Amino acid sequence: MAESAYKEMWEKLNLDIDAHEGLLEVLGKFYGDIYLSQQGRLQGAEYLDFVLSEVHGLRIKELQDAKAQGRKIIGSFCVFVPEELTLAADAVHVGLCSGADAGTEMAETMVPRNTCALIKSFVGFKLAKICPFTESCDVVVGETTCDGKKKAYEAFAEHVNMYIMEVPQQKNACDHDLLRAEMKRYMEELEKLTGKTIGVDDIKKGIAIANGKRKAIQGLNALRKADPAPISGRDALLINQISFYDDPVRFTAKINELCDEIEARIEKGEGVAPKGTPRLLLAGCPMAVPNWKLPYIVEGSGAVVVGEESCIGSRNIRDLVDEDATAKATTVDELLDLLTDRYMKIDCACFTPNDERLDNIADMAEELGAQGVIHYALLFCQPYSHEAFKVDKTLQAKGVPMLAIETDYGMEDVEQLKTRIEAFVETLES
Amino acid sequence: MFAGIDIGSRSIELILLEDGGVVRSGRLPTTFDPAAQCRTLLDGVRPKRLVATGYGRSLMEKLAGELAPGLDVQTVTEIKAHALGAHHRFPEARTVLDIGGQDTKAIALLPGGKVGKFEMNDRCAAGTGKFLEYTAGVFQIPVEEFGTYALQGDAAPDITSMCTVFAETEATSLMAQGEKPQNIALGLHEAIVKRTANMLSRVGLQFPVVFAGGVAHNPCVRELLSRKLNARLGEELLVSDDPDMNGALGAALWAARQS
Ligand code: SF4
Ligand code: SF4
Repeated sequence: MAESAYKEMWEKLNLDIDAHEGLLEVLGKFYGDIYLSQQGRLQGAEYLDFVLSEVHGLRIKELQDAKAQGRKIIGSFCVFVPEELTLAADAVHVGLCSGADAGTEMAETMVPRNTCALIKSFVGFKLAKICPFTESCDVVVGETTCDGKKKAYEAFAEHVNMYIMEVPQQKNACDHDLLRAEMKRYMEELEKLTGKTIGVDDIKKGIAIANGKRKAIQGLNALRKADPAPISGRDALLINQISFYDDPVRFTAKINELCDEIEARIEKGEGVAPKGTPRLLLAGCPMAVPNWKLPYIVEGSGAVVVGEESCIGSRNIRDLVDEDATAKATTVDELLDLLTDRYMKIDCACFTPNDERLDNIADMAEELGAQGVIHYALLFCQPYSHEAFKVDKTLQAKGVPMLAIETDYGMEDVEQLKTRIEAFVETLES
Repeated sequence: MFAGIDIGSRSIELILLEDGGVVRSGRLPTTFDPAAQCRTLLDGVRPKRLVATGYGRSLMEKLAGELAPGLDVQTVTEIKAHALGAHHRFPEARTVLDIGGQDTKAIALLPGGKVGKFEMNDRCAAGTGKFLEYTAGVFQIPVEEFGTYALQGDAAPDITSMCTVFAETEATSLMAQGEKPQNIALGLHEAIVKRTANMLSRVGLQFPVVFAGGVAHNPCVRELLSRKLNARLGEELLVSDDPDMNGALGAALWAARQS
């Protein structure tokens, strides 16, 4: 998947070269089977293929170049970590993917076996020395969204430079205050790290970039209302995944181009699947690269995925920082308030109660014309597994059928999942 | 003529329909070469359409060209096939339970035999035919006789493990403690039934219930399940003479319906 020209760079990053090669090989094969085999793909997907083929190559080189210029690299695992502030500090913000089953056995020496695959993956990637993003980070920002992560970060901190951000679990005024204080504390941490004082214009710039990225994906999602579906769910997921680690300005431009192409396609009535193909919404846990298992199975079962209610999906892009208010703001404090307002709208399952999410899923299903919802929870993920029951109830009341899936990154349940998903699609058809 | 073939983990069943009636049925163990078994079953058969179901359903799509050029092959899931088969045999049925070799499914039926809600075991073989096969091995009894043997028990010890392998361990340790083997066998059957009843309640159990799949032959599971579901008079489980052909029948019906 990448050239040996990068070998020197990987060696410098202290990757385990053999293990890393193995990972790239699997990733490349996976990508070929799941992505390149698709019919009628958009031309703009070339960008996706390119980014992915260079994910451990060119992009890492860019990170090293940025570092050489004195910029800092911040890694995160959660959409609660405000990218706007990272950008305001002129640092690079990358989402650490953790979507593959690698280094799991090593991870299990540090975290309990009954831990979700996402946690095991980020720990495993580090211990197995196969992730050049993790190795490039100056700081990894963790957050207290679930007990699994909270405790895993304690162990992880023995291996990377960790900073922990507290995320509230309710949405009262005092919780708002807590997040507001955490925004400030994160900003100060960035200032310490970069030696730069963050000013009003810096934050405004950060907000503009992050909002721009979110608006591009919002535009894409709006186009997905069309029937026939103009883009596959796999490609859409990939776009959401790439949004976490490609350069945000380049990403925004490319996605806007892609949206133009999609518009032209919709005008011609073309799509990736025939008109009338059953449309499904995926809802639940984040699907980090290269976790393409579920959309691949769904789209191999005669359905098309038209939306992702997930952190690698709508939850990350639905809300913008208020642009008018940002334009009028004159102090850092005001801007931190606006950021806090935006982030408090995130409907992560770690909140209690979290009823907004139920409405959001129902709204999304309606807007996108989805006939059914597949709720996805990683095995051992308490928050999302719990919410599956509530989501089901809400959707049932609206007459939208739902299928709850609990799985991990392993492949041993693929046949069973196929049967369940195909059967679910059959119930929508006949 | 229309054909339905159910390629399961343990056996393969074939049903041929003509003018709405079954004209031929056949059954072979799956073995390690299911393709060869399919060929044998379909030897000389030229249906207008063949619908495959079961765990190996996609195998038939691959075999299609080789079996007969231009043969129209389609697939449906076991869930749909069992719903169609059960509805055909028992039009009044509201719920279907299918316990096969490696899967257990509970299906709520809508009018007309459509699937409402369904549940399926994920990942492991707990509570499936495999569980019985495996544990019967501990008693060195053919699985076909295991149910009758278990019915001789009078007090079932609690088998707490749903895991096939752990349940075996539990059974052997109960034996070591001197528990009557018939009772242990009964306990193992109880364990399956408990799990199955939970699954049925998750799809919103409604009577009448059709019990299909190979395990429906097992008298002990049938007996315990009727008791557990508290079947009132006239609401016992509906079991056909050949419950293991239900999936193939459903597939054949779907083949015929597509005209
Ligand atoms: S699901 Fe919750 S914890 Fe996970 S990335 Fe999203 S907001 Fe963060
Ligand atoms: S998937 Fe669930 S359990 Fe795992 S880190 Fe995210 S919230 Fe925690």
